[in-house]
Amino acid sequence: MGEHLPILQVILPLIAAPVCLLVRHAATCWLIATLVSWFCLAIAILLLLQVLDGGAIRYQLGNWVAPWGIEYVVDRLNGFILVIVAAIGAVVAPYALRSVESELPERQIGLFYVMYLLCLAGLLGITITGDAFNVFVFLEISSLSSYALISMGRHRKALHAAYQYLVMGTIGATFFLIGVGLLYMMTGTLNMADLAEQLKPLAGSRIVHAAFGFIVVGMGLKLAVFPLHLWLPNAYAHAPSAVSVFLAGTATKVSLYVVLRFIFTVFGFEFSFVGQPLGPALLVLAVAGIVVCSLVAIYQDNVKRLLAWSSVAQIGYMLLGLSFATTLGLQAGLLHIFNHAIIKAGLFLAMGCVFLRLGSCRLDAIAGVGRQMPWTMMGFLLCGLSLIGVPPTAGFVSKWYLVLAALEKGWWPVAALIVLTSLLAVVYVWKVVEAAWFRDPPGTAGRIGEAPLVMLVPLWIAVGANLWFGLETSGNVDVAKAAAAALMGAVQ
Amino acid sequence: MIEHVVLRVIAKLLAPFIVLFALYVQFHGDFGPGGGFQAGVIFASAFILYALIYGVENARQIAPPAVAQAAIGLGVLIYAGTGVASMLLGGKYLDYSLLAHDAGHGQHYGILIVEFGVGVTVAAVMITVFFTFAGRRGVLEAREDVATTEDDEDR
Repeated sequence: MGEHLPILQVILPLIAAPVCLLVRHAATCWLIATLVSWFCLAIAILLLLQVLDGGAIRYQLGNWVAPWGIEYVVDRLNGFILVIVAAIGAVVAPYALRSVESELPERQIGLFYVMYLLCLAGLLGITITGDAFNVFVFLEISSLSSYALISMGRHRKALHAAYQYLVMGTIGATFFLIGVGLLYMMTGTLNMADLAEQLKPLAGSRIVHAAFGFIVVGMGLKLAVFPLHLWLPNAYAHAPSAVSVFLAGTATKVSLYVVLRFIFTVFGFEFSFVGQPLGPALLVLAVAGIVVCSLVAIYQDNVKRLLAWSSVAQIGYMLLGLSFATTLGLQAGLLHIFNHAIIKAGLFLAMGCVFLRLGSCRLDAIAGVGRQMPWTMMGFLLCGLSLIGVPPTAGFVSKWYLVLAALEKGWWPVAALIVLTSLLAVVYVWKVVEAAWFRDPPGTAGRIGEAPLVMLVPLWIAVGANLWFGLETSGNVDVAKAAAAALMGAVQ
Repeated sequence: MIEHVVLRVIAKLLAPFIVLFALYVQFHGDFGPGGGFQAGVIFASAFILYALIYGVENARQIAPPAVAQAAIGLGVLIYAGTGVASMLLGGKYLDYSLLAHDAGHGQHYGILIVEFGVGVTVAAVMITVFFTFAGRRGVLEAREDVATTEDDEDR
């Protein structure tokens, strides 16, 4: 069975989705989705352990040999991303039971799990495949299902948010496809490893440069890089709580992975960073994104929107690490992908608990909720500290490596900026904490209880992960280091 | 449009041939142009033509929404199940060569079964999409308040 792990990673949720469609019974679908998510996590961890020991794992679909057939490739980089995606899925699935039950009409609940499983399959597929066109196929699977998931939000604005995301996401996917089409035109191959070989003598070609532009901008849209991020705040704010958690923890991370894969593996370091000014371009966008979106986050009065804007800012930190174009910078960026996934998942999990009890995430509605839901808001506070980057938390570790990477390059102002913008995070996290703990509840509010255990446990798993990876950093830092070294080593 | 006798008769005459042509495109797809996607759309178009002339309600009785929705999932399962079958026979996922006594036949059967799955799903999706838009009383959403007036419009 071991040799089939790469394909099982994707087809398990892919097969479970139509099974759920046939079953349609809400509780059964939930059970299937939860078990499949846990199996996926187990597979992802097994795969990562396997690639850390040995080299990359390759799996030929239909036994067609690589450059012609589709092949799945797991190496240190995407093994790491697979674990992140699967872990978030494994935490969200049990949590969804009560959250979805309260936010969606009965007849949609079965379909919700169908869409969730398709989205999971799509995201895992994008990550694992070694074929450029296959990336697009899985990108569409995950995107279409996430549009549907977002539109299931309780408020009518969710439809508008989903539509906005659909338009922007489709433009992004189209750009990506045009890029892949141009590459295919120039090389006649779609296999990433083969593309990398064939593109080497074509570095001067204008068409290859155009393809590079299309792919980076297209994925930039899906990734919500600063000026292309407008779909994200609405989508995260109006989606059902469980969907916000899932997408915040996975979708943009996977898009960033695709960018990394194309920049480093397909086009190569020389082409991307030496041949054209990708580094400075990303640096400017990252810095602008961090500053502007952190400031916008401060002025939000809906906590989910606030967190969404903060997500755009945090994507800036990941890109900042990438823009240094050094192994240490890349390691910091990868580490922040991991850490931000658990931080933002934790924060959105807490907000889902609040939404279950209050039916709102507005700052004035959550006034005084800290006294009534102490465990939930304590979890929020700890994840919030991690978001700011306070020492014994995961967020501190990735900021620390970012600062180190900036200093290594001698970019003092950037290092200072990382510290200063963390203070902006203090402001917006404090706004929530102040409302929840120090304000009196609105007069109309009745007594509300703590969130149910089935939601608190996933939240505290995320909180625990934030503390664990803040103190015991050898695991994820080493994997990020190995992945960064592999990316840089593969091209230098 | 049920009052137009020409449309009514022609639609009834054409429908079986459209379905037959869909099956031809479906099962000849491995030798000539065609395959599951095209066949599925042609197959669904027979139902859509029928619904246009005889009304959505009548068409719903031939292709009940619940059946159409189940077929969406079923087609995907046929496809994925073929892959799993070849895995259980000891090969890679979707390695059709193992499905029969020799590789050539295996590849032939494999692509036929997989394309059949595609055809089922595409036809079911087309029919469901059409019913959802045409009925407005969505298949997934039974809104009683608007149902009666829109049923009248259909006829």
